[in-house]
Amino acid sequence: MSTLNYADIGDVVPTVTGERTVAGEGASDLRIGKLDRRQFLKLTGLVGGGLMLSFTTPRALANAAALRPNGYIKIDATGIVLYAKNPEIGQGVKTSLPMIVAEELDAAWGDVEVVQSTIDQNLYGVQFAGGSMSIPMNWDALRRSGAAARAMLVEAAAKRWGVEAASLSTQDSYVIHAGSGRKLKYTELAGEAAAVPVPDPQSLTLKKRDQFRLLGQRITGVDNRALVRGDPLFGIDQTLPGMQYAVYQKCPAIGGKVKSANLDEIKGMPGVSDAFVLDGNGNAMELLPGVAIIAANTWSALQAKRALKVEWDESDASKDSWSHAKAEAERLRSESGPPVVNTGDVDAAFASGAKQASGFYTYHFVSHATLEPQNCTAWFKDGALELWAPTQTPGQGIGSAAKVVGISPSKVTLHQLRCGGGFGRRLYNDFTTEAAAIAKRAGVPIKLQWTREDDMAYDLYRAGGFHQMDGSVDENGKITGWRDRFITFTNDGRRPVSGGGLSPGVFPAGLVDSVRVEQTALPWKNRCAAWRAPGSNVFGFVVQGFLDELAHLAGRDPLEVLLEVLGEPRQMGGRRGMHTGRAAGVVKLAAKEAGWGRELPDGHGLGIAFYYSHAGHIAEVAEVSVDDQKQVKVHKVTVAADVGPIVNLSGAENQMQGSVVDGLSTMTGLSVTFEDGRVEQSNFDQYPMLRMPSTPEVAVHFVDSDYPPTGLGEPALPPLAPAVCNAIFAACGHRIRTLPISEEGFSLA
Amino acid sequence: MNLKVNGEVRNLGEIDPLTPLLWALRDELGLVGAKFGCGISQCGACTVLVDGQAVKSCSYPVSAVGEGQVTTIEGLANGDGELNAVQQAWVDLDVAQCGYCQAGQIMAAEALLRTNSNPGDDDIDQAMASNLCRCGTYIRIREAVKMAAAVRHTAEAADAAE
Ligand code: FES
Ligand code: FES
Repeated sequence: MSTLNYADIGDVVPTVTGERTVAGEGASDLRIGKLDRRQFLKLTGLVGGGLMLSFTTPRALANAAALRPNGYIKIDATGIVLYAKNPEIGQGVKTSLPMIVAEELDAAWGDVEVVQSTIDQNLYGVQFAGGSMSIPMNWDALRRSGAAARAMLVEAAAKRWGVEAASLSTQDSYVIHAGSGRKLKYTELAGEAAAVPVPDPQSLTLKKRDQFRLLGQRITGVDNRALVRGDPLFGIDQTLPGMQYAVYQKCPAIGGKVKSANLDEIKGMPGVSDAFVLDGNGNAMELLPGVAIIAANTWSALQAKRALKVEWDESDASKDSWSHAKAEAERLRSESGPPVVNTGDVDAAFASGAKQASGFYTYHFVSHATLEPQNCTAWFKDGALELWAPTQTPGQGIGSAAKVVGISPSKVTLHQLRCGGGFGRRLYNDFTTEAAAIAKRAGVPIKLQWTREDDMAYDLYRAGGFHQMDGSVDENGKITGWRDRFITFTNDGRRPVSGGGLSPGVFPAGLVDSVRVEQTALPWKNRCAAWRAPGSNVFGFVVQGFLDELAHLAGRDPLEVLLEVLGEPRQMGGRRGMHTGRAAGVVKLAAKEAGWGRELPDGHGLGIAFYYSHAGHIAEVAEVSVDDQKQVKVHKVTVAADVGPIVNLSGAENQMQGSVVDGLSTMTGLSVTFEDGRVEQSNFDQYPMLRMPSTPEVAVHFVDSDYPPTGLGEPALPPLAPAVCNAIFAACGHRIRTLPISEEGFSLA
Repeated sequence: MNLKVNGEVRNLGEIDPLTPLLWALRDELGLVGAKFGCGISQCGACTVLVDGQAVKSCSYPVSAVGEGQVTTIEGLANGDGELNAVQQAWVDLDVAQCGYCQAGQIMAAEALLRTNSNPGDDDIDQAMASNLCRCGTYIRIREAVKMAAAVRHTAEAADAAE
């Protein structure tokens, strides 16, 4: 087998614009036998025509007395069940998606039981957690699902009482006839409602925002009670009768193959039942070569893994080196590269500008470090495979598993389990694919567990990058020219890694007269991929930091310059592009709430930054102080967000707080470095995530807006690093151009 | 080997005495509330109580428990399944995001409140500093610890008044 194939990287995840769906879903022939396709009413979702959500007739799903108008709702005499379609990774969708259904259904939230749905493309369309897309892609369809069931319940009550449906109302899981004072609980009507034809979803009238009773409230997560009891919710918590415990050792330099291993010695160790080599399938995203060990318990498996000695053939393995990449970038920064954006004439702008500034920005690779290491439980039996998986892309997981095991995707069942963090890591199903391949060989149910060391060594990293920034201002202090010479990485030699490519809409394209953005990619073998707010999480730092530099170059207030650059209110790019008016709105709100311009204590500074990503307009202001030991205390972060209507206020606020903490944690001390193809960090002692004592106060302000809603897993992260770095400059005059800031000698107090 | 867990004596059979308590609980006893995060005492996801003290069960050999009483997250609620004050505060304030760290956080908070019934911000920060939350829920954890402390005070005051 030759070199690794990375062709599927980037195809795995639907792009944030929603025009692509998950590749290799493989589930299209699942369950079709049971349902006649003509019975589906196709409902086009919000986004780019990409989402098709199927409604089925009651006949297709009904059992005796249950109302099941679609895949999201089941009401019978015993209660109301709402199905959550997408993976829960901590972003809150297992609560927020059913809330959207419950709102239009007019179900009392306390009556609702939420159940994770099966993975079924016919019923649910594509199911995944990524790109902050769960809310925007499902908002309309879920509302119509709830409204359809509500209409059927009303119709059933109208029949029973012999009154006009129009004379009835609904509230808190009851149909009410105000004229006679009669009311009936949904659960009592379910059987009759099941016989009512499902209405055309487009014919339904949806609530106006001021009619919402549930949306916008603070609702505690549906799994919270089970979580605090320690119930087995997560992937890693699964057990099956007769289950064995598996570990898998891959080459420390990715792409290395097994030459030989002390398998006999390992097989003789206590508790070990088997050890064998897997060759890999040549796809770096699916199955890398390695040695599997099967044991009676985790401890035996871990000890055997420690005793394992493998001789690797590293002829095709990674030789990646951060120091070489950095040296190459240092050289390339003075050479022109192919432009992604080229408007106006930057060279002329620089030549005629009153003042010029430049800076070389660098950020390191980082790891996802989900607190739950990758794991998957798998059982291959009688030619069929069952997976219990904490994945963000179950459909893709089914496809890859079917491929390595050599069966049809219809023979694979994947049970979607709660994920102990995602951040993009579990968009890629290498761990579920490994579990499938190991289970096939093992012949018994196995739980594959990665150690933290595995997790850090075989992540799909947020790529590092380098930007040579140059800019000019005129005699009035207006920005006239902007050049971003970006040096990034490529896995496949054809396109930048996911999250490592600048798009034509990158800030400040279209906002500054002369903008040139160039992009050059260095070859890289270690896998890189989407990491929370891909691209934006680092580009925000660079462009909002350099904007601050230009404001100071001009001797102007950074807030004033930011607003001037945003300019007149207008829609940039497509429907999901930035709106400069909404942008200016959150910038002003954050500035006002943070007390921008107020007198500050000695050594304190305020920094502001705005970034648009994942359809969210978010501005943040950080207040910091810096001591003479370069210790930074972040006192407060003020967040202003315009993300459309809020579904679950508690969850939304939690995401904003978490994004601030994650952003601060990552910018402060986190980096993954590579030498000789190997990752130099192996566990949390070398990857010091932020802890409680350094956590700042976070104030969150949502703009009340009627724009289509977006998800909140990502967009609050990108403005954090530049807001803090700009505040550090304001506090002590040191311009941070490297992340993490520990590289410049700074630490968090 | 026998192990006292959540008020019961459980038999671990011929277990390797060096097995970390975490894996004895998870693999042998099916108590999967305590989580594996790092295996080297860095993250606190595996925190349980031994005789009321918070320990990192990933780095604590099962044989070291001896006659000690182990309390895991599964042992906090009372027999009727009623949540204790710490658990309830976590639900009321919707602390969790992914939730993976939270069993460890709750056990660390429980240990803190058993020794300091009225902790201030610094006490909380210090006691909770050995528990990582990758999702960044620290702000709510702080609030929840305070809420649980306040609820316990009220309950104790009510008991004393009787
Ligand atoms: S798993 Fe024990 S401290 Fe991390
Ligand atoms: S809630 Fe996810 S690690 Fe704490």
